[in-house]
Amino acid sequence: MFEHLANLVAFGLLGLGAESRVGAAVQFFVMDVTKIFALLILVIYVMGLLRAMLSPERVRAFVRGRPDWQARGLAVTLGAVTPFCSCSSVPLFIGFVEAGIPLGVTFSFLIASPMINEVAAVILVGILGWKLAALYVSAGLLVAWFGGMAMQVFRPERWVEDYVWKIRMGDAAAIEQDQTLLGRHRYAVGEVKAIVGRIWAWVLLGIGVGAIFHGFVPADWVTRHLGGNAWYTVPAAVLLGIPLYSNATGIIPVAEAMLGKGVAVGTTLALMMSVAALSLPEMLILRKVIRWQALGLFAAVLAIAFTLVGWAFNVIA
Amino acid sequence: MKKFKVLGSGCRNCEITANVIAQAAKEAGVEIELEKVTDMARILGYGVMSTPGVVLDETVVHAGSVPAPDQVRAWVRG
Repeated sequence: MFEHLANLVAFGLLGLGAESRVGAAVQFFVMDVTKIFALLILVIYVMGLLRAMLSPERVRAFVRGRPDWQARGLAVTLGAVTPFCSCSSVPLFIGFVEAGIPLGVTFSFLIASPMINEVAAVILVGILGWKLAALYVSAGLLVAWFGGMAMQVFRPERWVEDYVWKIRMGDAAAIEQDQTLLGRHRYAVGEVKAIVGRIWAWVLLGIGVGAIFHGFVPADWVTRHLGGNAWYTVPAAVLLGIPLYSNATGIIPVAEAMLGKGVAVGTTLALMMSVAALSLPEMLILRKVIRWQALGLFAAVLAIAFTLVGWAFNVIA
Repeated sequence: MKKFKVLGSGCRNCEITANVIAQAAKEAGVEIELEKVTDMARILGYGVMSTPGVVLDETVVHAGSVPAPDQVRAWVRG
């Protein structure tokens, strides 16, 4: 349906040739804009209707006081299903520390949260198919689990700013929720507005980059330069992703275009994870609670993990 | 007089929330006191981790998003 519409606009309405570069780019753009935004609105609305979004206050209450492996499992799972705005990462970090949750577990949550969420997962299935979606989600869970464990080895507690330890948190406020159907509908519409309002620009940008890549970069250039399975393509993709930042949903159309031109699966996944999880703005926000040493270590652990994952998938594929 | 506090470390949605409350009070012709709390220790002291949060007369009534307009009107009038 979306493809049909895109063909109609690009080749019918605008009269572009199906073989031309502009035609291919416009067709890709129209198809992904309509498909991704339709999916986005649908998924967020349904999740909102079910009130399935967990608040960080409840996550904290779930995780506190559990043995390490249970706490980590919960933190990673909850990180994956709760979309939270990076502006909340400071209070979240402090709240976790105050609850006595180990820092390694907190890092597992901080890794999983931007990288995986149910919205991105559904769109991945819609755009790239369930196999790649499953690969991406399981790779993300693995990295979050072991990345947090690796951080713990370095005893990151010594790099937490002193004032963080002194903060005492009040009882989590129980806020009344309107559970009627109308209340749920209003809440769901609010969620759609809030989340789409937050990420639409990233998504459009991602689709634009994907469309240009799809239309203007020839496949043989890709194989020659981003070359098949050469070992250095994966760390190069990870390095490229560090200064680049986008929402997990925004990077999907870029990955779609890359895979379409024959970039290896592991290389593409490594770039996706690096762009979604490693970002300068996020690091600067976290600087308020931890010192540079811990941030540097965090970036290094993630970069190494993404590289390993990329290599592994390139070998398997 | 009702005392409102908007909890948040200065993000855009916190600004919007404060404006929505001020606007609703003006429309209802109700005088309120409105304070923006940006200090992390105080925000967490209310048990709020997801900002923006809204405190009405020392009770947390909202957290995690910009509140809906009719919700704000209810706080101002109620």
